[in-house]
Amino acid sequence: MSLRIVVCVKYVPDASGDRRFAEDLTVDREDVDGLLSELDEYAVEQALRIAEASGDGAEVTVLTVGPEDAREAVAKGLRMGADRGVHVEDEAVHGSDVMGTSLVLARAVEKAGFDLVVCGMASTDGVMGVLPAVLAERLGVAQLTLLSEVSVDGGVVRGRRDGDRAAEVLEASLPAVVSVTDQSGEARYPSFKGIMAAKKKPVVSWDLDDLGIDGGDVGVAGAWTVVDAAAGRPARGAGVVVTDDGEGGRQLAGYLAERKFI
Amino acid sequence: MAEVVVYVDHVDGAVRKPTLELVTLAQRLGEPVAVVLAAPGDGLDPAVALLAEHGATRILTVRAGEFAAHPVVARADALQAACAHVTPAAVLVPSSPEGKEIAALLAVRTGSGLLTDAVDVENSGEGPVAVQSVFAASFTTRSRVTRGIPVITVKPNAAPVEPAPAAGVVEELEAVFSERATAVRVVSSTPREATGRPELTEAAIVVSGGRGVGGADNFALIEALADSLGAAVGASRAAVDAGWYPHSHQVGQTGKSVSPQLYIASGISGAIQHRAGMQTSKTIVAVNKDAEAPIFDLADYGVVGDLFTVLPQLTEEINNRKA
Ligand SMILES: Cc1cc2nc3c(=O)[nH]c(=O)nc-3n(C[C@H](O)[C@H](O)[C@H](O)COP(=O)(O)OP(=O)(O)OC[C@H]3O[C@@H](n4cnc5c(N)ncnc54)[C@H](O)[C@@H]3O)c2cc1C
Repeated sequence: MSLRIVVCVKYVPDASGDRRFAEDLTVDREDVDGLLSELDEYAVEQALRIAEASGDGAEVTVLTVGPEDAREAVAKGLRMGADRGVHVEDEAVHGSDVMGTSLVLARAVEKAGFDLVVCGMASTDGVMGVLPAVLAERLGVAQLTLLSEVSVDGGVVRGRRDGDRAAEVLEASLPAVVSVTDQSGEARYPSFKGIMAAKKKPVVSWDLDDLGIDGGDVGVAGAWTVVDAAAGRPARGAGVVVTDDGEGGRQLAGYLAERKFI
Repeated sequence: MAEVVVYVDHVDGAVRKPTLELVTLAQRLGEPVAVVLAAPGDGLDPAVALLAEHGATRILTVRAGEFAAHPVVARADALQAACAHVTPAAVLVPSSPEGKEIAALLAVRTGSGLLTDAVDVENSGEGPVAVQSVFAASFTTRSRVTRGIPVITVKPNAAPVEPAPAAGVVEELEAVFSERATAVRVVSSTPREATGRPELTEAAIVVSGGRGVGGADNFALIEALADSLGAAVGASRAAVDAGWYPHSHQVGQTGKSVSPQLYIASGISGAIQHRAGMQTSKTIVAVNKDAEAPIFDLADYGVVGDLFTVLPQLTEEINNRKA
């Protein structure tokens, strides 16, 4: 049977805009321009490369969970070359933490059918970086996370993880969940052909009922953590800025000595 | 008194500094119980002594070859076994990519809430509070776990390490490894080369270079300054992508997150993704020839100038002062 790859992507607020909290201390997504998380573009890219290399009609599904706007993240994946999209949208999902989000993703991945799930290394707004591991746990399959290289051959996924202490080559039989880093290879730009073709590609919408999930298990109500307070970090006190007149290095040494760094 | 599990990060039995910071922090919440996962042959006497000296009342050790043969999940299995043995009031894990995954697996399996990358942990009437720095450190949040055992990962330099001698009673535990753990095999492992400099995430001082450094050879300027201060070397993604410095030294959103006492950025513009990894540094110094560079908005002390003249002069002056 040909390989079924599901890529999990997130629609995130643009990092160059102002990001803030809403009154309920969830991330404010109103009036904020969003896009497919740049870190998930690497995941779409690797999924497409694996599908192309397999050459047996492998199928790539782009999956996202999020409000209506999040559909754009799926659309971007389709323009890049994925075959189909799944958008899980449900009011009750708003404010989910990693446990809620991973539950929804796990059910959706199962419903879509998969041999390999590909995720980005982290979202650009939350940056916990643990969703792929939790998703693998929920699916009960092997996890190979934070890979800078990945390939699939004969039902075995293999990848390189550049850890803190060592670079390791890891291997597991499918099914598996992998996450890829921004070192894995530049994501392609959609071609004109890709953009045209994407318009005809199927995107299905599911809600929590379709996935058999109780609304109380996700969202703010189902979160296992709570944010009690969020405060803008006080602007750093206006620092001293000096223009180098030939003594800039020595003056800086003086500053560091005063602060006991030397 | 409540017990707090601390996951011990060590290299061949040498306990890393962030773990000792966690043992110190854990004492705010209860009695620290250190969990040490090791290879069958690791000598753990120095680790045990160090952990006891800093406040660990109990030290649980699990020895197994699986930790080297299979990544991440095997460690989560063992940590879970240790937690079942203790029934802790909280679990603290050092915030490395691996530490966060181990913590997350423990949390999902035990139905517990997870908070990552805390910069401080406090005790409140309603359990531990994690102080986190979010959106490229432009916001500070205070969060709690509302279900299960609070599982919290804590960033390096969150607390000073303080000696607090405790009993450090050692117990050996057995772990049973899950199918998911052994499903992933380590085919080969290439240890990182030692640089002789402090570990980037743990260092008290970090000296970083960016695109302005202009080439791999010029990083010698950054290294010389770092060595004069006993600092670690960091790099922006632009410098890493250009191949001038290894990715393991990248500071920022997709690299390492650092919060040293002193961060010196040279030839770095201060893009939001770079700031995400260094904005919690206590003192920030910038050297940039463009007076408009955003890095100056963060800097406690900035020099508008050419790094090729400022840095050698600075390094020379530091070395003179030390002599
Ligand atoms: C998803 C994503 C993740 C990212 N993750 C990271 C990350 O983890 N870390 C990271 O750093 N970036 C990251 N980036 C990239 C980031 O957006 C910037 O492109 C990058 O930080 C720029 O690096 P730089 O400051 O060295 O280069 P530039 O922005 O080009 O700045 C170079 C600076 O050097 C100065 N300069 C030049 N010559 C000299 C001289 N002779 N003397 C003094 N100053 C000089 C210039 O004035 C300029 O300000 C990420 C981007 C994305 C989209």
